Amino acid sequence: MSNPEPKIHHSPLGDYEARRAVHPKRIDGPFRRFKWLIMLVTLAIYYGTPWIRWDRGPYAPDQAVLVDVANRRFFMFDIEIWPHEFYFVAGLLIMAGVGLFLVTSAVGRAWCGYSCPQTVWTDLFQHVDRFFDGDRNARMRLDAAPWTWGKVARRLSKWSIYLVIAFWTGGAWIMYFADAPTLVRDFWAGEAAMVAYVAVAVLTATTFVLGGFMREQVCIYMCPWPRIQSALMDEHSLQVTYKDWRGEQRGSVKKAEKNPEAYGDCIDCNLCVAVCPTGWDIRKGPDISCITCGLCIDACDRTMESVGRPRGLIDYITLDDAKAEAAGAAPQPAYRALLRPRTIAYFLVWAALGAGLLFLLGTRTHTDITAAPDRNPAFTVMRDGSVRNNYTVKLRNMENRPRDMRVSLSGIEGAKMWTDTMNAERAARELEFAVPADATQSLRIYVVSPAGTASQDFAFNLLALDEQGESDTAETRFETPNGGS
Amino acid sequence: MANDQRPDQQVPQKPAPHPGRRLDEPTGVHTVGHEWDGIEELDNPMPRWWLWTLYATIIWAVAYVIAYPAWPLLEKGTEGVLGWSSRGQLAEEMAAETSRRSPILEAIAMTPLERLPENSELMAQAVAGGAAAFRVHCVQCHGANAAGFEGFPNLTDDEWLWGGDLRAIEFTLAKGVRHPGNDETRQSLMPAYGASGILDRGQIDQVTAHVLSLTGRGPANAAGAELYANNCAVCHGADGGGLRQFGTPSLNDAVWLYGDSPAAIRQQIYQPRHGVMPAWEDRLDQATIRMLAAYVHSLGGGEDFVEVAADPAVQVDEQP
Repeated sequence: MSNPEPKIHHSPLGDYEARRAVHPKRIDGPFRRFKWLIMLVTLAIYYGTPWIRWDRGPYAPDQAVLVDVANRRFFMFDIEIWPHEFYFVAGLLIMAGVGLFLVTSAVGRAWCGYSCPQTVWTDLFQHVDRFFDGDRNARMRLDAAPWTWGKVARRLSKWSIYLVIAFWTGGAWIMYFADAPTLVRDFWAGEAAMVAYVAVAVLTATTFVLGGFMREQVCIYMCPWPRIQSALMDEHSLQVTYKDWRGEQRGSVKKAEKNPEAYGDCIDCNLCVAVCPTGWDIRKGPDISCITCGLCIDACDRTMESVGRPRGLIDYITLDDAKAEAAGAAPQPAYRALLRPRTIAYFLVWAALGAGLLFLLGTRTHTDITAAPDRNPAFTVMRDGSVRNNYTVKLRNMENRPRDMRVSLSGIEGAKMWTDTMNAERAARELEFAVPADATQSLRIYVVSPAGTASQDFAFNLLALDEQGESDTAETRFETPNGGS
Repeated sequence: MANDQRPDQQVPQKPAPHPGRRLDEPTGVHTVGHEWDGIEELDNPMPRWWLWTLYATIIWAVAYVIAYPAWPLLEKGTEGVLGWSSRGQLAEEMAAETSRRSPILEAIAMTPLERLPENSELMAQAVAGGAAAFRVHCVQCHGANAAGFEGFPNLTDDEWLWGGDLRAIEFTLAKGVRHPGNDETRQSLMPAYGASGILDRGQIDQVTAHVLSLTGRGPANAAGAELYANNCAVCHGADGGGLRQFGTPSLNDAVWLYGDSPAAIRQQIYQPRHGVMPAWEDRLDQATIRMLAAYVHSLGGGEDFVEVAADPAVQVDEQP
């Protein structure tokens, strides 16, 4: 089988090459089945997660995973993240990054081959192609065929299925940002926010174009990740390799029978190229086009089996092991590539991040007080010579129920406080506030201290008046004209 | 295999335009003709969709230049056929903002000021609006922190020459202080005891000593007390507590508009200075004046605050 001649477009800006369509052939095998599994799991997670319900009581949404941008809350099952706790999300992203380093250094481009959305959706669309137009040869014939009404009808029906998948994908995205059942109703009633329609339109378009038409070009030309990966991989990383020392010289079974000494194991059936979702010929060696999905391994193993030669002519192997094997050493089991200082170090960093985040998550309280003193004026002298400082104090109730909280002064002897919603006559050292559920209450607190008080540090103490009795302290400063420590 | 035929890379190349474009044997592709420390770049063809994307951006740019303001000319720039301008957008947004605010401003103007605190949300809006208006109209004299300067009252303390409840503050704001041309303006005029010869220098020293003694700075003196009782007590009160109906400052507290040093007090008796504040009703609408009153009242010294029934703040403990 030969590749078609590339179509070169000569423009004033230089030469441009038209895409050569890739028509991967159906194959079955362990890696294909693994890809099916990953596709099933990732798509189920993506499409299904927003529909999981989670009871959080009357003051919080009952969607298990929800990014509530309007109210600035991030819900994930029993975890609720406030904006000031965004480091949890940042930590998760860093973990995801280190996890990618770990996976890449151990098993190369496994992300690209199995779980990258571009790979998963391209795979999905290629199955749609196969469903409508048949397998590789039928599709190539149809591609080359003139535009008859039959071909138009087929293309339109296929593209409309593309569009349905793309729309479903774009639609699922917005479900993470609002209550899914309500949003679906609002969406079709034309009452959803404009940003919802825009997001669906944009994501439908990108899914349709990137998954339906651009496919492997995204990986080869557009994606930065393969470029970064080449810096993360080394000679100990697993990659899909054609064992040319075993395969060459290529030749058919017949030729090899006549002259066994001159030919290697590769019978040049080209099945590895035919099944490749990016159209690469793995026998040319590693390339940015190879996303290491392993389908050529499935294809080659099948061929080797049918001609009665050992499997593994194409296999996951490290560069070092490949050199050793080419030099005559015995094949090493692939799992050895997983355990080496570099992967262990990545794993330890990754695990330490995870443990740290879990520790923070377990020890965080749902009660918080902050105090910001007015800096201008720093103090006000009152008629009787007493000194007043003003503070913006925030009480944070991160529980999904209203709570009464007590704020008290610690330090500054004789000082009292009141707020801008109180009569100054009722100033006291302790005040109680009803803080609404899942909210931050901002208070304007005036602290007044008798004449002659020195400038000093003090604290606002917060105590939640419930059975848990969570507390927090905000240290701040009281300024006076009298100097002080 | 080095001599392996790679059919998909047998790209028909135009002849190399200059000798620098070397043909790379293993790939059969010309280089672009540059070389950096032995590193060369192959001139592989770009994907064609990339070219079309480039053309599309060029078309977009041309359309944008036609549709939107783009080229600067001598007098003004090209305007664009859509007629959009950033100033026009600002005017639109300002108009939208004004119409968004108008119900709040109306509600503030309709609500009797002393009842404003009962509606805590409206009160919060009024304080916020007042803070904004304060920065435009008031900071020149009272300072950005509202703490005033010598001769310009501090609005954050609890000393109020003309009263510190919402109504009194609103009245002072609306009518001004010693504002010429306003019949209801706050008016007070302390005589120049020294400059007009009512008291001589020695007597002024004695009165100064008596005023200082009101705040415990220096011994009482009988002569000064007598002069004070005859000349000053009628306005400032026998104990120096001041009288709000005359706008007279109290002399027995820690707040001094023109300074608390003996020299400053002596000077103020000899030749008093009289500050002036404009009558803001001539310049601002009622809602703005009310918002300013609410803001000034909220600075910490406001008097007679009426608590809302459902006030979240509940007192726990009077005596610490």
